[in-house]
Amino acid sequence: MTSPSRLAGLLRDGHFVVTAELSSSNSADPQATWRRAEVLRGSVDAINCTDNTGAHVHMSSLAAAHLLVEKGLEPIMQLTVRDRNRLALQADLLGAAALGVRNLVLMSGDDVTAGDHPEARRIYDIDSMQLLEVAAAMRDRGTYLSGRKLEQAPSFFIGAVENPFAPPLEFRPLRLQKKVRAGADFIQTQLVFDLPIFTRFMSMAADLGLFEQVFIIPSIGIPRSARGARFMKEKVPGLHVPDALIERMEKTPPARQAEEGIRIAVELVNDVRQIHGVAGVHLIGIKWEEGVTRVAEAAGLLPRPTLSPLATVGGRR
Amino acid sequence: MSVTERLVLAVEKPLKEAIWGCQMCGQCILHSTGLSCPMRCPKNLRNGPCGGVRANGNCEVFADQPCVWVEAWKGSRRLPVFRDHMEHVQKPVDWQLQGTSSWINLLRGRDRMAPKGWEAHDQP
Repeated sequence: MTSPSRLAGLLRDGHFVVTAELSSSNSADPQATWRRAEVLRGSVDAINCTDNTGAHVHMSSLAAAHLLVEKGLEPIMQLTVRDRNRLALQADLLGAAALGVRNLVLMSGDDVTAGDHPEARRIYDIDSMQLLEVAAAMRDRGTYLSGRKLEQAPSFFIGAVENPFAPPLEFRPLRLQKKVRAGADFIQTQLVFDLPIFTRFMSMAADLGLFEQVFIIPSIGIPRSARGARFMKEKVPGLHVPDALIERMEKTPPARQAEEGIRIAVELVNDVRQIHGVAGVHLIGIKWEEGVTRVAEAAGLLPRPTLSPLATVGGRR
Repeated sequence: MSVTERLVLAVEKPLKEAIWGCQMCGQCILHSTGLSCPMRCPKNLRNGPCGGVRANGNCEVFADQPCVWVEAWKGSRRLPVFRDHMEHVQKPVDWQLQGTSSWINLLRGRDRMAPKGWEAHDQP
C-alpha cells in the first residue's frame, strides 16, 4: 500500500482544512488538468475531481484523480451512482485505490435532464447511501457487496454530501446521520449562502452527536459575475441563493463583480468558521481556480499546514 | 409463474398501482416510507431525498410534481407506527424481483434477502 489519506490526517489532527473543486477537463491532453490543478497547489489540502458534474460529460474523475496523484497533489474522487451500476462502481473504487486515490465523495449526482445528454438512460442501480456502505465494506471487511473477498482491502477516507437547504429541512440532519451509519467519515455540504438555515442544520447535527463521528465541511461558492450568480439560482438543482446576494452582485459594476464575489466568499468563510462543528471549507470557483487561491489568502487560510508524522488514518475514527 | 402467483398479482398489482403508483419492485417498503413509493423517484432512491429537491418541495426532475421523499417524510410523521424506519439504511434493490409479487416475497422471506456483503443498519 502507498501513503494513506493526508486529508484524513489533517482533520484528525484538528486542522481547519481547505478543499477545492477542480474544473473538469474536456481535453485529451493531461496538461489541461495539470495547469488548473497547479494553481491550487499550496492553497488547498485536497482537490475534488468531479464526476460528470451537472450531468455534463467530462474527463472521468478517476482519470483526473490519478493525474493529480502523479503530480503529488491529493485528490478527492467524486463518484455518482447516476452513470454506473454496482459492478462498475466497485471496479472503479478498487482501481482508484490501486492508482493512489484515498479520498472519496460518493453521491447520487444531478439528474441526466440537467445535462447535455438529457436523453440518456439513468442507472441508479444502487443509491448514494448504499454506495457509502459498499465502499466501507470494501475497506473495513475487505469484501465486495456480493460477499466475495478482496485480495487487499483499499484504504479509503469516505466522504458524502448533504444539502441542508433542500426540503424536508427537519429530515436533513437525520439523513446525515444515516450517511454516517452507512460509512461516511466526512461530509461536503451543498453551497452555503443561507447562514441561518445552515446554523440550524449544524445545531441539529450537534444534538444527534454527529460531530464526534464525522467531519463537516461546508462548500463556499465564489461568484464571479452577477450573471453567474443568477445562473446558480435558476439553473443548478438544489442551490439556495438568496436574492440579497444576487442584488449585491448586480449593483456592482461588471468590472468589479469578480472582486465582490471574492469578498462575498471571504465573508462566508469567516461566518461558517464561527459555527460549532465546521471542520473546514470546500471552495468552489466555477472554472476559476485563481478565485479559490485568492479567497484562501484573503480569508487567512494560508499557509496550509503540514501533517504531523503521528497522524493516524484508515478505518473509522 | 405459478397460478397462485398470477392470482395474487391480479389483485396486488392493480390495487397498489391505483393507490400508491406502485412500480412492482417486488420488495415493498411502503410502510417504512410513509406510504410514498420510493420507486416513483426518478433516481430510484431507497434512502432519499436527494439534494436536488426544489425549495417548494417538488422533484428536481419533474418540476410540477412533489418529491416522493418529501411526501415520505410527511407521511411517516402521520403514521402511528414505523416512524423510525425513515432513519434505517435501506438495502440495495434486488432487480431480479421486478414484476413479482411483494406479498408472496414477504411471506417467503425473499424480500429480506440482502447481498452477502451487506451489513444491516436497521438499528440506530
